[in-house]
Amino acid sequence: MIRGVGMLTLAIETSCDETSCAVIKDGRQVLSNIISSQIDIHKRFGGVVPEIASRKHIESINNILQEALDTAEVGFKDIDLIAVTRGPGLIGALLVGLSTAKALAYGLNIPIVGVNHIEGHVCANFIDHKDLEPPFTCLIVSGGHTYLVQANGYTDYELIGRTRDDAAGEAFDKVARSIGLPYPGGPHIDRLAKIGNMESVAFPRVIIDEHTYDFSFSGLKTAVLNHLNQMKQKNEEIIVEDIAASFQAAVLDVLVDKSFRLAKERKSDKLVVAGGVAANEGLRTMMMERGKKEGIKVYYPSKILCTDNAAMIGAAGYFNYINGNVSDLGMKVMPNLDIK
Amino acid sequence: MKVLGIDTSTLMSTCAVLDGDRLIGEYSLSQDMSHSEKLVPMVKEVLDSLKLTINDIDLFSVAKGPGSFTGLRIGIATMKAFAHLTDKPIIGVSTLEALAYNLPYNEIVVPMIDARRERVYTAIFKWEGKSLETIMEPCVLEVDKLLDRLNSNHEKIVVNGDGSVVFKERIKDRLKDKVQFSTIGQNMSRASSICELALLKYERGQVDDFYTLAPDYLLETQAQRELRERGK
Ligand SMILES: [Zn+2]
Repeated sequence: MIRGVGMLTLAIETSCDETSCAVIKDGRQVLSNIISSQIDIHKRFGGVVPEIASRKHIESINNILQEALDTAEVGFKDIDLIAVTRGPGLIGALLVGLSTAKALAYGLNIPIVGVNHIEGHVCANFIDHKDLEPPFTCLIVSGGHTYLVQANGYTDYELIGRTRDDAAGEAFDKVARSIGLPYPGGPHIDRLAKIGNMESVAFPRVIIDEHTYDFSFSGLKTAVLNHLNQMKQKNEEIIVEDIAASFQAAVLDVLVDKSFRLAKERKSDKLVVAGGVAANEGLRTMMMERGKKEGIKVYYPSKILCTDNAAMIGAAGYFNYINGNVSDLGMKVMPNLDIK
Repeated sequence: MKVLGIDTSTLMSTCAVLDGDRLIGEYSLSQDMSHSEKLVPMVKEVLDSLKLTINDIDLFSVAKGPGSFTGLRIGIATMKAFAHLTDKPIIGVSTLEALAYNLPYNEIVVPMIDARRERVYTAIFKWEGKSLETIMEPCVLEVDKLLDRLNSNHEKIVVNGDGSVVFKERIKDRLKDKVQFSTIGQNMSRASSICELALLKYERGQVDDFYTLAPDYLLETQAQRELRERGK
């Protein structure tokens, strides 16, 4: 077989509360992408409990693996490469996927690539947009991460900006909880924001004007909580739709503004959005509108590829492999891995 | 029949291959490195030395707990993947039973694995001729409670496992000449014991399913406990 052509990658992702396995052909074609979410189990704890996540992963991993092979209509013998998330994420959860992946790579005598989960989110876009090629500017936003990067190549990411405190998705979840929305709150905020008035409360756009590509969301979160307290003290009615819309606008203004500022500075004609928050309708609309105005093409993945999934890990694993980045069976899990 | 066995429930990584009733390889290492980094390379080294591959193995056996939650999951995930890949049987073996199996033909054997906060994972076994009978099922116990029970119910006791090292002075003080400590070589888990117990289970038809095999933690998570206590 010619290296990288007609190549099947079996990918495993267990970094948080989704157990996922996928089979990917040549890095961009999804033959299967099975995602088993544990969200209903963690909901009653108000967030992901690491030990419970690990326990669920080990119970379901082989079922998900078999389902991924069956759906792709392939067997273990057809697989050419193993890709697995090695970080960032919950250490115990990551170790279930990594142990499975190493055993498969050794047993099948095929190469293994440890994938950076954040890079995986970016690569979800290569699956949905067959024409997309680096270089581009990229905003990665999820419950755990907020990064602005410049992608100079398929595996060459330059970290430009990051959150100094909470991730954007984390702020969504916390504000959602404060207005009585269930976990995870991001999608609920997005839904309510569509009908609320985003000008009803002028929440701060934190460090939007400073000459930095870093973000900060904890001040905004505090501003929302303070506002809610004041309203309660004055016995005024809280319109959750308006709070949701005003809060979401404050987050999105900063994300969109800094992303385009970087794209223009680097003369990028492409802006890629990735991560769980890339599924946010408000963000998608705002990015597209601004993109039209600035003459910059905006890309984001289909909603299913915005969540944590193994297909994106398979894509990232493939691009790493063809660029010569192969791991070994002694590879370490890296719970605090950053994007390069 | 070739049996591959591993145990990663404590700091010791151990891997062995049994060929019928003959032990053909065993490798144990306790080092300051995660099981995740050394386990598959260790299995590879043992099999390479024996000029075997995963496909030559007929039965996979693994310590299923109790012990370190993360360690157990690394071992079980690895062996489930091997069994899945080769479509060969897998058998989970109690970590405590395997420890007791290191000390054959003693009257009462009490393996102990440190469970922190003055507790041990433990069980009480009795050798009846050639077979190991369970007197007390595996559980988590405060060391003092275990020692009380042993003191009032048993005479000739042999202890092993890392818990017997951690609490050595207390065990000596309480059980005095009723207790003997294991030799160093039999104090820690040995994969050869895992293999042999798995083979016995296999002969009795007690095979596990690689889809559903999971650790016997013996302890619920803190979050589950808190939720249950709130619900009361
Ligand atoms: Zn993610």
